[in-house]
Amino acid sequence: MRHEKIEKSVNLMMVLIVLAVSVGGIVEIVPLMFSAEATEPAEGIEVYSPLRLAGRDVYVREGCYNCHSQMVRPFRSETERYGPYTTAGETVYDRPFQFGSKRTGPDLARVGGRYSDAWQRLHLEDPRALVPESNMPGYPWLNANMVDPELITAKLKTLQLLGDPYTDEQIASAAAEVEGKTEMDAIVAYLQGLGTNRSNRR
Amino acid sequence: MAAFWQWFVAGGTILFVIWCVWLVSWSAKQGPQNVGDEELVGHKWDGDLEEWNNPAPKWWLYLYFITIAWAVGYMILFPGIGAFEGTLGWSSAKQYDDEMAAAAERYEPIYERFAEMDFQERMDDPDAQRLGASLYASYCTTCHGSDARGAVGYPNLTDDAWIWGSSEEQIYTTLMQGRNAIMPQLGAALGSDAGIDNMTNYVLSLSGAVEADAAAQAMQPMFVALCSACHGTDGKGNELLGSPNLTDDVWLYGGTAEDVRYTIENGRNGIMPAHGDLLGEDRARILAAYVASLSDDSPE
Repeated sequence: MRHEKIEKSVNLMMVLIVLAVSVGGIVEIVPLMFSAEATEPAEGIEVYSPLRLAGRDVYVREGCYNCHSQMVRPFRSETERYGPYTTAGETVYDRPFQFGSKRTGPDLARVGGRYSDAWQRLHLEDPRALVPESNMPGYPWLNANMVDPELITAKLKTLQLLGDPYTDEQIASAAAEVEGKTEMDAIVAYLQGLGTNRSNRR
Repeated sequence: MAAFWQWFVAGGTILFVIWCVWLVSWSAKQGPQNVGDEELVGHKWDGDLEEWNNPAPKWWLYLYFITIAWAVGYMILFPGIGAFEGTLGWSSAKQYDDEMAAAAERYEPIYERFAEMDFQERMDDPDAQRLGASLYASYCTTCHGSDARGAVGYPNLTDDAWIWGSSEEQIYTTLMQGRNAIMPQLGAALGSDAGIDNMTNYVLSLSGAVEADAAAQAMQPMFVALCSACHGTDGKGNELLGSPNLTDDVWLYGGTAEDVRYTIENGRNGIMPAHGDLLGEDRARILAAYVASLSDDSPE
């Protein structure tokens, strides 16, 4: 039996296993890294402003992605509720993207402008003050935590190094932009910008 | 996607399928041809349990070939080999467009029926009301509540107070374009804590919530100077500016002395976001009639 040859040679088997499990990735994932559809920003998509970037990091830290997705799938039932479906070019500046895989709460890909700033603030602080049926936890400490201006400058520099088109002026003024801002200010700015690159027009 | 990567995907996919065919065939070849020729693999368990080195059963082998044949058929019908779009011409974007077109064909006649109705007919028609209730549940409950009774800062839609007006056009405009109500902060203009307290008492006395004492009554000229531009000299408000009627017992931001004092001192900014893009005109008309019907005040 020929398979004996493979099974009795660890090196040959290792090479063949690596080949077998990586072909799918090489064929399906690697080309996307060089595809304009997935690497060029969609129309209206710009790098995150320092405040919004800080808000994005709060979003990630608090684990919002555990209950909220940020991807409207191309089905009518989704686009009727959330707006146009998400395209790859809309997430090029998300490292990593916040697609999520579970919706305990609604999708947030196009939540920007759906509610007022005041609504977002109160809702983040105490969701049941506005939506009695809500099972979302409150995040009152966001009002007390300040955004760190030094950290945001370092983050922008890192992102610039990775190829995000931040200008040196943007980096120089970043610290001043987030000075005195709370994490609540930051996450509300982040949420209010989500999906506003295009109209929700049906 | 650049041509190189399309060929890369196509080549990688085809080569992998060919390789799978070869691997399965190669490893299936050769086996004992006759009973008695079987060789043992050389393991021994529990003293006398041994294992023959037999080929995998034929049905098992055929399953491999069936899955490979399935893959070939799939890649002919659907996009998979680089730029080749598949003979069915399927794409997720096209499937979505077909779904939307089918929905438009199915639902447009329904919406046309409602579009032909007038405001009152939409309020009376049970189907329009059902549709309005479902639109309300989708778009309005997060602020105005599933019972439409609102929250602090988010108007109760079931009472008879209408900040921006209750006519069809007014509600329709509110839905489509949103509203932005600004109560400026008047703490500085009123000067002192006592001034703010007295104004609070005067405002509360307009609805009969408290009896205005002499100091509060003395604020009347101040009310005319600071407040009447929006709320009117009589305090009955103005639907064009979204300034609430102060003489009723409806308090958007709370009616305690503390709440009213905070509003006067710090101001308020009530925003109704525009829903025109989300709703579209036909649905906004249906929803406007539904919202109007929630009110005590609705013409029955």
